[in-house]
Amino acid sequence: MSGAIALPAVPSRRSRLWRRYGLAGFGAGIVLAWILIALLAPWLSPYPPDFVEVTNRLQPPSATHWLGTDALGRDCFSRLLHGARVSLLAGFSVVVLGAGFGTLLGMVAAYARGWVDEALMRLTDLVLCFPPIILALAIAAALGIGTTNTIIAMLVVWWPKFARLARALALVQRGQEYVEAAVVLGLKPARILGRHIVPNAVGPLVVLVTLDVGNAIITFAGLSFLGLGVVPPTPEWGAMVAEGRELVEQWWVATFPGLAILTIVLGFNFLGDGVRDWLDPKARSR
Amino acid sequence: MLRYVLTRLLGAAVMAVLAILVVFLIANTVPGDPVLAQLGDLAASNPDTVMEWRAKWGLDLPLWERYGLFLWGVLHGDLGISIASQRPVLADIAQYAPATIELATIAFVVALAVGIPLGIAAAVRRDSWVDAAARVISLVGVSSPTFWLAFIMLAIFYGGLQIAPGPGRLDPIAFPPEEVTGLFLIDSLLAGDWDTFHDTAAHLVLPSIVLAAATIGLITRTTRAAMLEAMQQDYVRVSRAKGLRERFIILRHVLPNALIPVVTLGGIAYANLLAGAVMTETVFSWPGLGRYTFRSAAALDFPAIMGITLVVSVSTLLVNLLVDLSYAALDPRVRR
Repeated sequence: MSGAIALPAVPSRRSRLWRRYGLAGFGAGIVLAWILIALLAPWLSPYPPDFVEVTNRLQPPSATHWLGTDALGRDCFSRLLHGARVSLLAGFSVVVLGAGFGTLLGMVAAYARGWVDEALMRLTDLVLCFPPIILALAIAAALGIGTTNTIIAMLVVWWPKFARLARALALVQRGQEYVEAAVVLGLKPARILGRHIVPNAVGPLVVLVTLDVGNAIITFAGLSFLGLGVVPPTPEWGAMVAEGRELVEQWWVATFPGLAILTIVLGFNFLGDGVRDWLDPKARSR
Repeated sequence: MLRYVLTRLLGAAVMAVLAILVVFLIANTVPGDPVLAQLGDLAASNPDTVMEWRAKWGLDLPLWERYGLFLWGVLHGDLGISIASQRPVLADIAQYAPATIELATIAFVVALAVGIPLGIAAAVRRDSWVDAAARVISLVGVSSPTFWLAFIMLAIFYGGLQIAPGPGRLDPIAFPPEEVTGLFLIDSLLAGDWDTFHDTAAHLVLPSIVLAAATIGLITRTTRAAMLEAMQQDYVRVSRAKGLRERFIILRHVLPNALIPVVTLGGIAYANLLAGAVMTETVFSWPGLGRYTFRSAAALDFPAIMGITLVVSVSTLLVNLLVDLSYAALDPRVRR
């Protein structure tokens, strides 16, 4: 084989796919890993998440406490694993409920047109003109702390982008011939919307909903960090960073929960970036 | 063009009035009780004290009457009195705004200075390691929780390496420069005080990088997408056929066209930076609007919350309006 001529490297189909979607696959792996951790947290954790051992407070990472202990002597590793449950649950509920409500409004607006459309879209614009963090902050403060209240506060600022998207998608479907055919057949608007338009427009929407979970998680953790999220003993990453904020010497208390947020959000964003390329034919063509 | 401007202005004004209504309703119909948040437990247990306190802040009037009073006040530049600081809300906002404007502006410059070149490089060398690196950098920036990034930067560069100054706008023992604009960088230059200028600049480094982190990703991705779009146009092929150098084509033909969407996004990103300063300012003890917002929210100081939400959302409306108008000026097709 010593006489073989070196050919110029032509990237194979596999290597091109790897280059374009490898990162997305990596992201999907991270997300799946975190979902598994969240499901299995009680069995994976060496200690209960709120097991207080005051004599053992602020211990650095060791063989018995892999990520050290916090100011109350609780095992940081166990709290970190349980934190995945709160974050994923909050992220998915905000996005699914927000997208559900937004989609309903957007599709109704697109189908009804006229003043209904105008009114619903002005309402959407109205909510969009508030900076989301500040509005969510004000609502969360007013409702009082607690996971459910924080989710409600986030929902108020979350639905408008989906309403806009769903309206745009439904408008495209509305122009299709099969919708006209359904109208000619005398079907009721609710049926046309529910059985014909929604199923056809829902694909991209579902994808975007999933990808938005990362944003929801980071916002929820932020509100929690500010003390407007979970009620204290609940292990939640934003709140855990807040607990370790003043402890620069005991860096492990705040560092690891932050890394957890970073990796899970990064997972969703890697995945999302690849899927966006895949959904956008212009980016795919070359 | 004039008609377009007037329509948009009218639309923005209507939105502003509706926004005030929304803010008012949120502040006045939710269950949280400012009485308990403001008065101590002892004072709140005395019905007379509570009655007197509610009457003082107009909390005993019917809802519509309070809205009328609030709207009347807003029209006269009166956003009410902050319950926590006992000062006019507008005076509080005027006092805290310069710190936030200074921080957000520097962060914006950092984001543009990193994001635009990175986006250009990623587009020109598409699918290369430069592109992949730019993608990872921007996604990591977008995915980092701001409050945690702030902690890490402080822990490493202030606590560990001790090469950066601590939280705040100035050294704790330093005096702020004589106030002209409230922007310390400009005020210290006006006073010719180089030490203060240096101190201010050093204190700005960490918070502006932290605040810029998410925006860098946004600017990079938008620049890349716009560059790729522009590079596929016919005039680029013609320029290549004419034998122009690639560098010349990219910088003189592609870039100016690609920057239009970046300008649009830039306006919105700047408005977001002003609002997004809440986390950064809280961790860096930055005496700006973000920290004021957080404190007001935590204390259920509704006049202050309403005032801030109002000021920030009206500025967002204005920025969006300016962006749309500049877009219309750049692209005549939009005006129809």
